[in-house]
This record gives sequence, C-alpha cells and structure tokens, in this order.
Amino acid sequence: MKELTYVRATDAAEAVAAVSGDEHATFLGGGTNLVDHLKLGITTPTTLVDVSRLATDEIDPVDGPSGPVLRIGAGVRNSDLAAHPLLRSRWPAVVRALLAGASGQIRHQATTGGNLLQRTRCVYFQDVTTPCNKREPGSGCSALEGYGRYNSLLGASDDCVAVHPSDLAVALVAVDAVVVVLGPDGERRVPVADLHRLPGSHPEQDTVLAHGELVTAVELPMTELTRRSTYVKTRDRASYAFALVSVAVAVDLAEDGTLTDLRIAWGGAAHKPWRAEAAEAVLRGQVPTEDLVRQAVDAELRDARPGPDNAYKVAMLRGATALALRDVTAPLAEGASA
Amino acid sequence: MTTLRAEPLTARSMGTHHDRVDGPEKVTGRAPYAAEHADPASPPVAAWMVTSTVARGRVLRVDASAAVEHPGVLRVLDHESAPRLADTEDEELAVLQDDRVRFRGQVVALVLADTAEAAREGARLVRVHYAEEPHEAAYDASTATYSPEGVNAGHETDWADGDLEAARGTTGAVVVEGDYSTPHEFNSPMEPHAAVVSWDGTTLTMWDSTQAVHAVARTLAPMLGLDPAQVRVAAPYVGGGFGSKGLPHAPEMVAALAALAVGTDDPGRRVRLVTTRQQMFALAGYRTATRSAVRLVAEPDGTLLSVEHDATSQTSRFKEFAEQTATAARMMYAAPARRTTHRVAGLDVNVPSWMRAPGEMPGMFALEVAMDELAVATGVDPVTLRERNEPATDPETGKPWNERRLVECLVRGAERFGWADRPTAPRATRDGDWWVGTGVAAATYPTLYMPGNEARIETLDDGRYAVSIGAVDIGTGARTVLKQISADALGVDPAAVEVHVGDTDLPFATVAGGSAGTASWGTAIAAAVQQHRADHGAHPEVGTHTTAGAEPYPDMEGHSLHSFGATFAEVRVHAWTGELRVSRMVGVYSVGRVINPTTSRSQLLGGMVMGISGALHEDGHRDPRFGHVVTQDLATYHVAAHADIGDLQVEWLDEVDELATPMGGRGIGEIGIVGTAASVANAAWHATGVRVRDLPLTADAFLDLPPLS
Ligand SMILES: Cc1cc2nc3c(=O)[nH]c(=O)nc-3n(C[C@H](O)[C@H](O)[C@H](O)COP(=O)(O)OP(=O)(O)OC[C@H]3O[C@@H](n4cnc5c(N)ncnc54)[C@H](O)[C@@H]3O)c2cc1C
Ligand code: SF4
Repeated sequence: MKELTYVRATDAAEAVAAVSGDEHATFLGGGTNLVDHLKLGITTPTTLVDVSRLATDEIDPVDGPSGPVLRIGAGVRNSDLAAHPLLRSRWPAVVRALLAGASGQIRHQATTGGNLLQRTRCVYFQDVTTPCNKREPGSGCSALEGYGRYNSLLGASDDCVAVHPSDLAVALVAVDAVVVVLGPDGERRVPVADLHRLPGSHPEQDTVLAHGELVTAVELPMTELTRRSTYVKTRDRASYAFALVSVAVAVDLAEDGTLTDLRIAWGGAAHKPWRAEAAEAVLRGQVPTEDLVRQAVDAELRDARPGPDNAYKVAMLRGATALALRDVTAPLAEGASA
Repeated sequence: MTTLRAEPLTARSMGTHHDRVDGPEKVTGRAPYAAEHADPASPPVAAWMVTSTVARGRVLRVDASAAVEHPGVLRVLDHESAPRLADTEDEELAVLQDDRVRFRGQVVALVLADTAEAAREGARLVRVHYAEEPHEAAYDASTATYSPEGVNAGHETDWADGDLEAARGTTGAVVVEGDYSTPHEFNSPMEPHAAVVSWDGTTLTMWDSTQAVHAVARTLAPMLGLDPAQVRVAAPYVGGGFGSKGLPHAPEMVAALAALAVGTDDPGRRVRLVTTRQQMFALAGYRTATRSAVRLVAEPDGTLLSVEHDATSQTSRFKEFAEQTATAARMMYAAPARRTTHRVAGLDVNVPSWMRAPGEMPGMFALEVAMDELAVATGVDPVTLRERNEPATDPETGKPWNERRLVECLVRGAERFGWADRPTAPRATRDGDWWVGTGVAAATYPTLYMPGNEARIETLDDGRYAVSIGAVDIGTGARTVLKQISADALGVDPAAVEVHVGDTDLPFATVAGGSAGTASWGTAIAAAVQQHRADHGAHPEVGTHTTAGAEPYPDMEGHSLHSFGATFAEVRVHAWTGELRVSRMVGVYSVGRVINPTTSRSQLLGGMVMGISGALHEDGHRDPRFGHVVTQDLATYHVAAHADIGDLQVEWLDEVDELATPMGGRGIGEIGIVGTAASVANAAWHATGVRVRDLPLTADAFLDLPPLS
C-alpha cells in the first residue's frame, strides 16, 4: 500500500481542520473497512487522521435540540454499544442489528461513526481491476450486468446498483436517529434517514457529508416507539455475512393490536437504508395480518426493479417484514426484551 | 533402494488416542509456517505478484518506471527480464517466460522490494500494456464437447456396460432423470500459499507451504535446469491444503525465480512471497464447476436396471485437468446396464486442480440426490433402496470387495440418527418458524496407494528410535499417527520414537493427498523397520540405521478396495425467509482401522463440515466478461462459520483391513466430504418438498413454497 502520514487528532475541531484542508486526507475510525481499502488500492489517501481516540466514546442521556436523546459518541465501539443496558432495554432493534453484523472481533474494533460510513461491499467496487463508477466515476458499472445477487431493488440508477452494507444504519433509521456532524463551519444535525444518498449520476458520493465533515455522535430520541422494535436479517450463512435483506421495525401498539404508529426500514434493498414509508402508511392504524403485510410490502416495492439475480429479494423482504412485525406485535411476554 | 514386502503390524498404540505431538507448538505460536522462515538479521526480499487484467492476449510492455521510483522497490521482473527456465512445457508453471496471457489473474510481473508494503505499492504502480484478444470464460455444459484422454487419478474417460436400451424399455420401469450442478469451489486454506526461498549459487532452499516437498523439488528442479539434489524443500508446518497444495502451482515457481534473480547478486539472500487471498482464487487451483446428467431406470421396487451418469466440467485451454465426476457411478450400485462419460470445455481460465475428494464430491452429490429421487418415485425408503442395490462384486472391475460395509454404515447411522421415526411425506414437520426434514446419502472413496516411499530408521540411545520420512503434516496429525505406527512397527512405546517429516533432506515420500498419505508412508515405515531389524537385529547398536521402502502393498489385483460411509442430515428451512440450517448430522464410516481416534475424528468431522459448506455456501462466481472469479475473498466466498455447524456426530465401524495396509487402516482425509451435500439437499427436499439439484442450496430456492404436487 501507499506510504501515508498518520495523524492522531486530539480534538474534533483539529481533526476536521486536518481533513477538510486536504483533499487527500481521510478520517480513520476502527479501520476495519478503510484499512482493507488501503491494501486493495480502492482509496489512496496520503494522510489518515485517526478519530478513534477522540473523547467520543461516551453513551449519555442528554437534552438535544428537540427533546431528550441518548447521545452515542462516534467513537463508541460496536460491541460496547450492543452491550449497553439502556440500549438493550429501550432500543432492541439497534442492539440486534449490531449483533447481527460482522464478527465479534470486528465489532470490538469498529466504531459507531465508521460503521455508518462503511462503503459498499459490491464485489466490483472491491476489485480495482474492474470498472466501477463508485470507485472511479465514469468507468462504468460492472454490477449492472454482472454478479447481481446483492444488487439493490429500489432507487438504483444505471450508474450504480450497489447496496449500503451497514446493519446498524438500518436500525437507526427505524428509531429516528440523528447524526451530529462537525464541519469547518460548525455543527449540524442530519437524520440518519437522510445521511446516505441514492446513487443517481454520482455514485461516488455515498452520503450528504462534505469532505472533512466529521460524525461526532448519534442521537437517539427517547420515544416509546422504540421499545417494541426488532431487527430481522437474512443472509447466506448463519453469521459473519452481510444481509441479503434486513428489516428494522419499531411500533406503537394499541391494546387491541392496532399499529398506532410504526417505522419500517429495509437493508439490502437500496444504496441507502430504505425507510419504507409507503408500507408504513398501509399498516398505520391497522391490525397487521399476513395479507395486509403483503399489501404493504407490495406498495413499497411498486417501483422496484428486480433483475434475474436479485428478484428473490421481493419475496424475502415480504417474509422478513412479516416476521419482524409478528415478533413485535406478539404479546409482550414473548417479544419485547432484547 | 531396498524394498520389501511389509508385514501386517500388531496394534498397540494404533487404535488408541494420542495427543497431537505438535499441538503445543501450534497453539503457542511457536510453530514456524513457510513465510516465517526469515532471518531477523537479514530480512528477506519481499516479492509481490502483478497479475493480468485481461483474460487472453499478449503483454506488449511492462512499464515499471513508476514502480522502481517507489522507495524500497528493488527491481521488477517481467517475461523479458525473469530468469529463463530450461523447460517451459508446463504452461501453468512456466511463469514469466513468454508474453502470452492465458487467463485473467496470470502472473505478468513480479516486484521485489525491501518490505512487503513497498512491494505491494510497487505492484500497484506497474503498468502493463496488453494486446487483448477475445476470450471465452463462460462454462456451459453444452460447450463441454471434447473427450479428454483420461480423467483425474488415471480413470478412463468413458465406461459402459450392458444394454441401456433394454433397461429403458422394460415395462413398468421407473425412470428418474435430472441435471445436477456444482459451482466452482475454492480450497482457500487458512494459510495461503507462501514460500521463503534462497539461492546460493548451488542450492535452492525453499520453505514452502505444500502437501508434498519431494514433488515440489522434483517438479521445479528440471524446469529450473537444476538437479533435484540442488533443490531443498522444507515444509515443517502447513496451515491446510485441501488439495490446493498437492501440486506445485505458479506462486512456488515465482518464488523460485525471484530467489534465482536475487541470489545471483546476493548469494543466499532470502526472498519471501505470500499469495494474497484474492490471488489464491486465480493461482492455487480450484474444483471446476460440474454438470451431471443422471438417469436411473429401476424396477418398481427400486432395483436398478441402469445407471447413466454423463458429466461435464471445464478446464483451462493450456493445461488440462479433467474432474473424474462420474467414476463413483461405475462402482456404487449394482445395475445390469450402465454408461458413464466425461466431457470437458477448454476455456481461457485458470487451471483447476485437486480439491478434497475430486470426482467423488461433485459426482456423489449428483448420484445420491438422484437416488433420493428414485426413492421418492418408487416409494421405497432411501436406506432400503440403497441396500437393495448392493453389488456383490465391483461392477466396474468384477473383482470382489475388500470388505464393502456400506449397508452396515447405513443401518448403524439410521439407528443413531433416529431415521425410523421419520414421516415419509415431505413438508410434514414444522417446529415453530422452521420446516424440518431429514435426508440420507451414501459415501465412498477409493483406497489409493502411492508407491516409492522410503523411510529411515535410526537407533538412538535408551531404546529410542528416530524415524524419518519426507512426508508432510498439513495439519491432519500425520506426525502423530506416524509416531504411533512407528512405535507399533518397532514394538516400543510411542514416547521412544522421534518422527522427522517435512523436508526433502529426508527420504522420499509422496503427497499428503488422495487419502493415501498415512497409508503409503506408514507402509514404508513398516517395511523399513523390518529391514532395520534384519540389518541390525532386535537389539541394535546406537547409531545403526537403515533406509528402505515397501513393495506395493494393497491387494489391488485381487480386490476392489474402497471405503464407504453414510451421512444422515437434519435440515431446517425457515418458513418466512427460506434460510437453511443443518441442525444435526450423523456420519458413519467404514475406513479400516482408525489409527488415532482423536485426529481421525477431526478429519471425518472436517470433511462433513466442508460438505455442509459446499451444500449451503460455497460459490465461486466467475464473471465471464472479465474471466475471473469475483467472489474472491472470504467475505464474499462464504464457507461455513461456526454458527452454521450444529450437532455433528461421527462414528466408524470396528474394522481392520490388512488387504489395504499393514496398519489395517485405509485413508480418511476425503470420505467425510463425499455425499454430505447430497444428504443436506435430500433433507431440504424432505423439509419443504422443493428439490434442488444445484449447489449451493440458498434461501431463494425456498421462498414462497409452491403447493405440494
Ligand atoms: C468480513 C466482514 C464482515 C462484515 N460484516 C458486516 C455485517 O454483517 N454488517 C455490518 O453492518 N457490517 C459488517 N462489516 C463491516 C463493519 O461493520 C465495518 O467495517 C465497521 O463498522 C467500520 O467501522 P470502523 O470504525 O472500523 O470504520 P473505518 O474502517 O475506520 O472507517 C470506515 C469509513 O468511515 C470513515 N469514518 C470513520 N469514522 C468517521 C467519523 N467519525 N466521521 C466521518 N467519517 C468517518 C472513514 O474515513 C472510512 O471511509 C463487516 C466487515 C468485514 C471485514
Ligand atoms: S454497483 Fe456501484 S459499486 Fe458496484 S460496480 Fe456498479 S458502480 Fe461500482
């Protein structure tokens, strides 16, 4: 790999200054994704600014701009986050998503910020000898007519059909989480649902963040909705594999089983964690039956463009969504705790 | 060399547990693997392979100008500047000798640098200019039209017997036919192919990760224009091979060429080459994808009238490897009529090679799923169906069996598994969100023997002996079982025997492969001990030594020697997501005497795990547009993880087979993978009613289950 300079930032502002002022600099979290990319030549920065040791490893209930939130520092390791008692009792979907991801060793090393900003696992993106618009804009998309098992169903473009790989991000969308971002011009908040982009004609841009913008924290609003939440992930082996599809759901349930409010987010479906609002609309105010869930999923997939290799994802999303809803609407005794 | 007929041994240590003798070194990290043979005082030169990014054509120019500017890069070798080979007939091994690009991923340049990091960056900076030519890399059974001269392991390409027309025309006959496929599969052992090599002007010394040190020396030496005695190969510890290290592949030759280039100016300087995981998918062999058209014709009670197995596979255009997929169908079941054929497609792709149970693994997947389909079609229990088709003698050779105990394996397995309680109908058992089913398949593996092995027996003090043989322990426990065999041959306690393996300085030994390592090496040790006793008596002087080998031992003339087994699988298929899990498996094997129950259990269990992995996960996806496999790392080429493996139980029949070896044992390295995937596919059918004939079985096949017909 290319020789590079390693800088350990002492505070967030310094890290932002170091990266935003140098187009060849990049942030380093736990390095579980970025270091692979350095070795494979997918990215060739000249400077790494290590943000994994900033004082961003706290998990605290605080008052956010729009009410009480649980603030998770961007440096919190995936394994620590998954083990946190408050998360386990109030955000089971988030915990389950974390534990369904990667391996124990990787979760121990991976950071919250790095997890959200990990890049696609598209096999052509990972192979510098093949064309890929995301890696090399304008070179073409090898996945369009290539290996398509993991390709996206929704929101893809002719320039890129990759999916976003993070499990955590999908769960965070379902619990209305917000990322706190520090840039050269100060701090801003971006809902996780708006953090990642659809590829359009610029698949090289994964997110709405500008170069040098640092994720410093993730805030989870303290709502009742998230207590009844879960995460269902399907994969090609029982552990240590990225999602074929995944479903995060969070619901408010009336005594009679009516879904008074809900969030559904899908992974493995699109270039970003996919908030399934059309499906939510079909189910909101209803008691979910198998038929209704099918209608809801079909409503969301109206614009899906399955190819021969990923058409299975339609039925799989239907099954996984129904399963997730079944699990969170089952009597409390059976389904509520993490 | 003296050779003599080995006499059967009396078992004292054989058959009992013995701890792995190299366990402590391995678990404490003190066992040096190939790449670790570095001299701290003089770090090795790092070598990094640049591989082709076109599948066919010519290299016009290797532009190394940027690479050599990079700090730490020493030089770049290409097809013009690499040392010349004396013999370039083997086009897989004749690396950097001409400008032809034969497949994507071929070595086209080599960067030498002070550090691995600098070498890798240098490799990234090398610009290779090609004249690209159209290539063909899509394997399609319809293009597999040529007949190889023979297939792997010396089998005939085609073999037929009896009257197929008559079988098909039998009134009331039940016919089952289908196309079965297995994908490209990659051995990818934990330790990648790696070597540390030096050239001092006379001797090429190579620490290699190989299954056969002598074969590496004997293959490389003439190509390098050296005498085999000038090439020393050592492989003290190897982190797995699964066949991929059975034959030397390009990385070994690259490392040797690099050492020659470096050693010419700096005699004895070591060079280190480590293959990346991605390069392993192009340069280390693989199991070709296969397609099998199988047709079984049977009486209504399941008695076979004919077996047809027409297999196709693909190979590289420049070096042939023809998988012997249909050979098991020649001997597995009795049938008056039979046809087995092999056809191959030659493509512009990397060379396939050995992978655990070549032939039997894909072939028995096809045959054993077809047998399950026949069981369903005839309404005969799958265990009974196999019993009903037991051949009294080997249908292929007409010879009597050594001891064919397949039925006992099936019966014992059925009992231990609880087969009798199984509903016959599919999709009949539901446990919560899961459909549950069970399936069975038979396994077989031939008893192979490799001639030419020699062992050296030396008398040490205190009644101890040193036994030396250039065999390789690739992690199987060979060191340990050879110690036990030596002890029994010598009539001493295993603690009184030192075993030395893994070096061409030791007597000649054949490959750790074909499930024939322990059998072939052990036979030589038995003979050498006899000769040592003949030379030096029962109470030899310290320092006396004898080197000898055995005459071919197994009774191949008089008998057809095979091992058999049966696996029973319980599979769960998730009713909502289609995901599959193998919750339970029982494997019962007939393999002759089990020399060490501990290491043997690991071999059989490991074979079953690899079979489950092949059943559910492994899928090397070649993108024909580019010509290489794009699932080229272990995040995308899935192998079974711990969580995929449920309750596995292994058992073997109590048995001593002195027709096969003086130890009474037969090989155990491969049979565990044979039939395993079929038992999983058969269980998945039983769970769901969906018949999958293509590996791997993935969740998409089990979504939205169709109504049962
Ligand atoms: C074999 C394997 C299997 C895996 N399986 C899964 C899985 O099933 N599910 C899953 O979700 N993940 C999986 N992962 C991915 C893993 O979760 C990510 O690699 C990890 O979360 C990345 O975190 P990190 O801190 O190591 O990020 P890094 O590698 O350090 O960084 C990743 C990216 O984020 C940027 N970055 C890091 N921190 C910040 C910050 N604070 N602000 C702005 N940018 C930042 C970096 O510049 C880089 O571009 C797997 C990984 C591997 C290797
Ligand atoms: S899908 Fe996207 S990431 Fe994959 S090859 Fe196409 S452009 Fe690259």
